[in-house]
Amino acid sequence: MVDARFKPGAKVKVRKAFPLGHVRTPFYVRGLTGTIERLCGTFPNPEELAQMRDGLPEQPLYRVRFRQKDVWPDYRGSAKDVVEVEIFQHWLEPA
Amino acid sequence: MKDKGKYQPLSYFQLMEVTLRELLTEKGLLSEERITQEVETMRNRGYERGARVVARAWLDPAFKTRLLQNGTQACEELGLEIPGLKLLVVENTREVHNTIVCTLCSCYPRVLLGLPPDWYKSRNYRSRMVREPRAVLKEFGLRVPEKVQIRIHDSSADMRYMVLPMRPAGTAAWSEERLAGLVNRDCLLGVAVPKGPND
Repeated sequence: MVDARFKPGAKVKVRKAFPLGHVRTPFYVRGLTGTIERLCGTFPNPEELAQMRDGLPEQPLYRVRFRQKDVWPDYRGSAKDVVEVEIFQHWLEPA
Repeated sequence: MKDKGKYQPLSYFQLMEVTLRELLTEKGLLSEERITQEVETMRNRGYERGARVVARAWLDPAFKTRLLQNGTQACEELGLEIPGLKLLVVENTREVHNTIVCTLCSCYPRVLLGLPPDWYKSRNYRSRMVREPRAVLKEFGLRVPEKVQIRIHDSSADMRYMVLPMRPAGTAAWSEERLAGLVNRDCLLGVAVPKGPND
């Protein structure tokens, strides 16, 4: 199991990477900065599981909150609106 | 004219499913009966258990606190069988409205709420609910005031989500069962809100 690096409230940046394979980080948040909402626990790495490997060590999984205005510059709706996405730690860097 | 139908060969995954199923039954590890039973159980599972969880949370503040802290444990406490489910319950308030979507595929808390509706799996819902949630909610007949924050939950990995809606006014003395009757599937996904006697 990999130790959790980020605490709730921390600013994080999602890696802007485009590896092939079974990746659970949606395209629309790659390269964006958000805030850790909570740690969900640790889970086997889905990118490894999809290759028939064991996905170990387990990776911390977070809920990361993004402002809709940051995700879609032309977003129509309140500036308060947010989207929360589950992202594995190896996709996050301190921002 | 004789209708020949639309014959299509099995897809890769359909073929894999048939092969695996036949191997398992040939080896005696599973019976056809058992598989049929399990499929029926899946089909018959509805959202009612989710509605019951909501009604309990409305009536019991301590349970509600536990439900928001650890959705899985709180459901197990009610005796619900939810094997493997990692449940996160998100609460609607006067300030925040929550809605669930899975943009990558169609992750859904099936073991608690049953099979997802077709629209939940559609490309239209999955792409537009993150991009223009207020417009999509309006199409469902739900107008969320501008001052209320919309919080979209993209079920992108291992957790599954359920919305805890606000209890409608005018239901003060209602029983758990009667309250549960106000909560439908759409309320649990956040594309609708429960209607009370005054609405």
